[in-house]
Amino acid sequence: MNEITGYERKTGSIGIRNHVLVLPTVSCVNGVINRISREVPEAVCVPHAHGCGRGGLRDVQILFRILSGLVHNPNVAAVVLVGLGCEVSNTKNLYPLIKEAGKPVEVFNVQEDGGSLLTAKKGAAAARRLLAEVHTQRRVSLSWDKLLVSMECGGSDAMSGVTANVALGALSDWLVGKGATVIFGENTEMIGTAHVLARRAKNEQVARQVEQMIERAEKLSKDIMGNLASRVISPGNMDGGMSTIAEKSMGCIFKGGSSTINQVVDYGEMPTERGLILQDGPGYDGDSMAGLAASGSQLMFFSTGRGTPAGFPTLPVIKVASNSRIYEAMKDDMDINAGSLVEGKPLDKVRAEMIDLMIRVINGEKTKAEANGMDVFTFMTVHPPF
Amino acid sequence: MEDNILVIHPRDNVAVALRTLAAGEEATGKEVAGFPALEEIPASHKIALRDIGAGEEIIKYGETIAVSTREIKKGGWVHTHNLESRRWKK
Repeated sequence: MNEITGYERKTGSIGIRNHVLVLPTVSCVNGVINRISREVPEAVCVPHAHGCGRGGLRDVQILFRILSGLVHNPNVAAVVLVGLGCEVSNTKNLYPLIKEAGKPVEVFNVQEDGGSLLTAKKGAAAARRLLAEVHTQRRVSLSWDKLLVSMECGGSDAMSGVTANVALGALSDWLVGKGATVIFGENTEMIGTAHVLARRAKNEQVARQVEQMIERAEKLSKDIMGNLASRVISPGNMDGGMSTIAEKSMGCIFKGGSSTINQVVDYGEMPTERGLILQDGPGYDGDSMAGLAASGSQLMFFSTGRGTPAGFPTLPVIKVASNSRIYEAMKDDMDINAGSLVEGKPLDKVRAEMIDLMIRVINGEKTKAEANGMDVFTFMTVHPPF
Repeated sequence: MEDNILVIHPRDNVAVALRTLAAGEEATGKEVAGFPALEEIPASHKIALRDIGAGEEIIKYGETIAVSTREIKKGGWVHTHNLESRRWKK
C-alpha cells in the first residue's frame, strides 16, 4: 500500500492531520489555554512565552509569522484564537493574516469575553464545536508534490553524522525524486560548509543567499560567544571523534541529501519553490521546529544520538536514533534505529523501513512523540524583552 | 569478518571506526581491503585510509574537513593532534 492520503484545505494544500488548534496570542492567557486543554484534550493547545514586550521590527515580524504560520499549516483544520486585548499580536492585528488560510476560526478576548473563566468556557465550547465539524471530513488521495517534509537533528552524537543523518539524506533524495519538497534549517550547524552548499545552489543568486546566511550565523556565534565560539564544536564533540566545525557541520547538512538547493527561505517563511529548500533558522531544536512548522511542513524527521523526546504540537515527528544503545534505552521515544547501519544493515534497507513508516504516519499512524504527547512549542526572538 | 570501519564517500581518505579498534587489529569495511590499525582508534574516530602527507587535506563526506599538520601513515589515528581547522584554529 503506497497510497498516501490527507485532508484537503480550501487553499488546495493538504494536511496529514486534522487538528483543531487552540492558539493564544500572548503568554498572559496561557492559563486559559491550559483550562481548555484539560476540558478538551483532543484539541491541540499551544501555550507559549511570546506575544508582547518586544518592540523590535524583526521580533514583531517573527511573532506574526510564526503564529499565523501555525494556522496556515495544512495539518490544522480549524482554530480557536484566544487573545487578551492589549498585546502586540492582538487578535485584531493577527486575524487578517490568518483569515487568508480559509479555515474556520473562532476568536475570543479575555478582556472582552468576561475574564479568564468565562473565556475558557467559551473557548472550550468552540473547540468542541469545531472538532465535531472537522470530524466529518474524509481523507483524500495525496500526491507527493503536496508534501513538505522537514529534516531536523538534535541531541546529536558522533554517530548522528555517520548513521542517522546519512539515512535522512538518502530519504531526502528519495522524497525530492518523488516530487516532494524537503526543508532543513539550523544555520549554526552549516558553519564551515558554505562552499559545499553554495556549489549545490540552483543559481548564483541562491548561492549568494546560502553564503550570506552562513556568514551571518558564523558572525552571530562569534559576537555572542567571543573566544568561546570555537566551542560550537564542543569538547564532548571532540571526544566523540569530531575534529573541526567543518567536520561536525558536514554531518549535519547530510540530512538534506544531495539535491540541488532551489531556495533559501527566512525563519518561518513558506517556500515558493519545490525540491530542496534551506531555512535561515537557529540550531536550537524547539525554535527550529517552530520555524519549519510555520513554513508549512506537514511531517518532520528528527535524528538524535544522545536522545531527545521532543515533538511538535501540530506535526508528526519521526525520531531516528543514531545508535542502537539509545534506541534501546529510549525505546518509547524512538521510531527508527539507524544505528543498525553500523551493524551491517544496508542503507537502502533502512531507507525502505523509513519510507514504510512514513507512509503509515502520513496515513494516520501516530509517531512515538505524538502518542506520548511530547509537544514543544517555542520560537526564536532576537532581543530580550523590555 | 564483520565490518569495523565505514567509508562514507569514495573520495574520502579517512574512514570512521564503528567500534574501538586495538593497535594492530585489522580494519575492514565495504570495498576496502583489510589493513592494520597502527594504534588504538577510539569508536567513531577517524582512521587514515592511505598515507597522508603533512599539509594535505583530510577528506570526509567527500569534502575537506581539515588539513593535516604532519605525516599520517595508513592505519593511523586522525584527530586534533595531527590536523588543524582551516577556519577556527583551536
